[in-house]
Amino acid sequence: MADRESWNEDRARGVIAAVAVKEGAALPILHALQHVFGCVPLQAEPLVASALNITRAEVHGIVTFYHEFRRSPPGRHVLRLCRAEACQAVGADAVGAHLRSALAIDWHETSRDGAMTLEPVFCLGLCATGPSALLDGDPIGRLDAARVDRMLESLT
Amino acid sequence: MTRVFVPRDAAALAMGAEAVAKALAEHADVVRTGSRGLFWLEPMIEVETPEGRIAYGPVEAADVPGLLADGLLTGTARRLRLGVPEQIPFLARQTRLTFARCGIVDPLSLGDYRAHGGFEGLEKARAMGPAAIVETVLASGLRGRGGAGFPTGIKWKTVAEAKGDRKYIVCNADEGDSGTYADRMMMEGDPFSLVEGMIIAGLAVGATKGYVYTRSEYPHAIDTFDKALDIARRAGLLGGDFDIEQRSGAGAYVCGEETSLLESLEGKRGQVRAKPPLPAHKGLFGQPTVINNLVTLTSLPCILRDGAEHYQALGMGRSRGTMPIQLAGNLKYAGLFEAGFGVTLGELVNDIGGGTRSGRPIRAVQVGGPLGAYFPPALFDTPFDYEAFAARDGLIGHGGVVVFDDTVDMAHQARFAMEFCAAESCGKCTPCRIGSVRGLETVDKILAERDVDANLELLRDLCHTMKFGSLCALGGFIPYPVLSAMNFFPEDFRQATRLAAA
Repeated sequence: MADRESWNEDRARGVIAAVAVKEGAALPILHALQHVFGCVPLQAEPLVASALNITRAEVHGIVTFYHEFRRSPPGRHVLRLCRAEACQAVGADAVGAHLRSALAIDWHETSRDGAMTLEPVFCLGLCATGPSALLDGDPIGRLDAARVDRMLESLT
Repeated sequence: MTRVFVPRDAAALAMGAEAVAKALAEHADVVRTGSRGLFWLEPMIEVETPEGRIAYGPVEAADVPGLLADGLLTGTARRLRLGVPEQIPFLARQTRLTFARCGIVDPLSLGDYRAHGGFEGLEKARAMGPAAIVETVLASGLRGRGGAGFPTGIKWKTVAEAKGDRKYIVCNADEGDSGTYADRMMMEGDPFSLVEGMIIAGLAVGATKGYVYTRSEYPHAIDTFDKALDIARRAGLLGGDFDIEQRSGAGAYVCGEETSLLESLEGKRGQVRAKPPLPAHKGLFGQPTVINNLVTLTSLPCILRDGAEHYQALGMGRSRGTMPIQLAGNLKYAGLFEAGFGVTLGELVNDIGGGTRSGRPIRAVQVGGPLGAYFPPALFDTPFDYEAFAARDGLIGHGGVVVFDDTVDMAHQARFAMEFCAAESCGKCTPCRIGSVRGLETVDKILAERDVDANLELLRDLCHTMKFGSLCALGGFIPYPVLSAMNFFPEDFRQATRLAAA
C-alpha cells in the first residue's frame, strides 16, 4: 500500500486548492484527501467548506453520504471483499465469515496488529470469477478459505 | 519476436495474468489487451502466427516454461491449446458489434483502433451532420442499455432541440449491478469506443463537454480510460470544441440512477431528483444534458459506421440490435455474450453457460442486478427482451445474469435485497428509506417464525407501497427480487419446510 501521510492542515489546504477549480469539485477533493491521508478526517471538513464556499454541515453531509470515504486511516493493507449476489452464488458469505473470524474483526474494522482493514464492497465487476476482492487495489478471484489463509500469511 | 497477447482486464489480473505476462516478457513481444470475455479461460493468451492468432488458456505463470518448450510461440504446443479464438463455440455463437474489438486490440493504441474500424462511424457522423445523426440513431431502434430501455434517439432529439448556454454529454459508467461488467471490460479493453461514441453524441446535440462518471470500485478501468483520454487529447480528437473528463464515484449504488449521478457530479450528496424537469431539459448544472449508459454510447460508432438498418435488423420486438449479456455467478462458462435480443434465458444459462460451476442443478437466476427478479427454471423460456421480462415482473437491466444452484436460500436473498436497499437508499423518499428498513425487519420476523402468515402479507403490502410510491428505481424495483423469491420459492419462507429441505 502506498505510504500515507499523517494529517497536516497546510498539506490538506494544498491538496484541496489543486482540485477546487474543477466544476462540482467536492468529490474530486475528497478523493484527493483520502488518497493522501488514507481518509477524510473531521478536521478536513471546515477546509473543504471554505474552499467550496458551502457550510461545514453540507460538507459533512457529502462525506458521510458516500461509503467510500473513511473517517480514520485504515490498516497497512485494505481488503475490499465483494458481498454482492454474483459472489454470494459462489460462496462469498463463507469467505467473509472466514475472514472476519481469522482477523477477529467485523466489516469496516482493522485487525489489532494494524495489518488489515476489511471493507465490504457491492460488486467489483469481477462477477464471473468470484468470490472476488481487491487487496490494496489488486484484484483477486476465486477466493476460498485456503486462499484467504495463504494471502493473510503473506502479508506484513 | 513473436507477438503474444496477454489481457490486462481486471478479471484476467484476478486470475493471474500479470504473472503470465512477466513470465513471457523475455521470450516474446507481449502486447497487453482487454479480455475477450471468456472468463473461465482466463488468463487466456493469444499467439500471433502466420495462420492467425492461436489461443491458450487458462494459462498460469507456472505453465509458461513448459508451453514455450513445446512450441507456444509457433502455436504448436498442444497443452491448453484452444485454437483459433473466433472458433471457440462461446465466441462463434455471438454477434460482436459493440464488443468487436475488445480483447483483440491494444486498448491504448489509436493505430489499432483505426485498423479495426475505429472512427469510421465518427467520420460518417461528421459528414452527415447533427440532424441526420439523430435520425440514424432513431432509426436504429437503439434503447438505453442501462436498464430503462428509453429510445436513445428521442432523448437526443429532445436535447438537440433544447436551449441552453452549454450542453453536456454524461456517460453513466457507475455499473453497480452485481453480475454486470460490460462497462468495465469496455473501458479496460476498448476505451476509444467510448471516446468516439461521446464525440458523436456531442456532435448530434451540440454539446461541448462530456463527463464520464465511473464507479470507484473500478480502479483499472479508471486508469485505462484516463490514459485513453490523454492520448485522444494529444491526437487532437478532444480538447477543441468537445472535451471529456472522467470523474470517479465513491461507493454509492444509487448514483447509477441518472439524476442522483448528476447531483454527485455537481459535488453534492447523490440524492435523486424528482422528474420533471428531465435531464434533457435541465440536467447537469441545470443545462440540457444527454445522460446515457456506457454501452449505449459505445454502440453508436458501429451504428453510424454500418447504418441504422444493419443494427435494426437484429433483435426481437421493440428490442433492436445486440445486447452484451453478462453471464455470472455459479456458471461453468461465465462471460460476456453479445447477441441480438431474443435468446432465451434457458439457452443462456444451460446451453451457453453450461449449467452451474458447482455441478448442482440451477435453482434461481437473477437477471438485471440487485433490483431484478429471481426466475426459476419454469421461466427459462423467457426471451432476452425488455418487454418479455417486464411481462413476467422482471427486468433485463444492464444485462447481468446471475446463476444460483440449489443450495441458495431464497428467504436469505429476499432479506439481502431489503438490507441492500436500506444501506444504499439515498433517503430522499419515504417508501424506500423507511420501507427497506421495515422490510428487513419483517423478513427477519418471518425467518424467526413470528406470525409468519401475517408478516408475509405485510411484506407483500410493503412491496406494493415501495413499488408504486418510490421516487426512483431503487425503492421501486427492490420489490422484484423480494416478491419473486416469495412467489416462486414460497417453501423457503416457512421454517418447517426450510428445515425439511436442509
